[in-house]
Amino acid sequence: MSTMTHETEIIVDTEVPLVRIIREFDATPEKVYRAHVDPELFAQWTGPEKRGASVDHWDARTGGSYRYLITSDGFEAGFNGVFHELRENELIVQTFSWEGMPDGVALEKLQFEALEGGRTRLTATSLVDSFADRDAFVASGMETGVIEGYKKLDGLLAG
Amino acid sequence: MAADALSRVFSALADPTRRDMVARLSIADATVNELAEPYEVSVQAVSKHLRVLEDAGLVTRTRDAQRRPVHLEAEVFDLMTKWIERYQRQAEERYRRLDALLRDMPDDTEGERE
Repeated sequence: MSTMTHETEIIVDTEVPLVRIIREFDATPEKVYRAHVDPELFAQWTGPEKRGASVDHWDARTGGSYRYLITSDGFEAGFNGVFHELRENELIVQTFSWEGMPDGVALEKLQFEALEGGRTRLTATSLVDSFADRDAFVASGMETGVIEGYKKLDGLLAG
Repeated sequence: MAADALSRVFSALADPTRRDMVARLSIADATVNELAEPYEVSVQAVSKHLRVLEDAGLVTRTRDAQRRPVHLEAEVFDLMTKWIERYQRQAEERYRRLDALLRDMPDDTEGERE
């Protein structure tokens, strides 16, 4: 099973408040890139669960913006950002915010690197402006964590 | 654990000597002298590393005992590892869905490109 041989690698930097995710795919950079900029494709794989995200707004070009919602068991979380730089099949530089904390923003850099045999290495770096925010980012799992957090809060309030 | 506390844990573990000390303490408690043995550094330098680990809440030292063995607070260590593991697992789950999607994708976009 070749897809099992390249598990996601996470790097939590100690010098700079960033998280880096490295993952290889058995597909060309063209396809992996397309799955990140085509809203219909993106909505199918992102988010914490199989149902994915619902895209509210999507303008994948330099200077464009996006907004999507993740819904799970009646809880909804909105995320948005700006496409700062798009270079086809190579690079996406964008911002990312959770609408529950709009002042907090991550600067994301996604690099698509062609490997032998039509494969791709994706390096996704998220940079925030404090270690506290970065660690909260990791501790919450962001998209996944926000929804989980809502569920827990609901459980607490109900209890 | 608050996020800034987590930061201290991360930076405490950024140093290879401290990571090694934590690995050894995960097997058994040890005194400062025992910890200093394998390294070509002074006991003072090891004490300094220990203070960083103590400030991060990763290790404690018993006050009364004469040997003052260093004890690894496994819970703190596990919590941080768990958070990173969970983050990794979530990313992996997402990317496995992407793997499946990529397998089903046609090689060309529907005629809008060459």
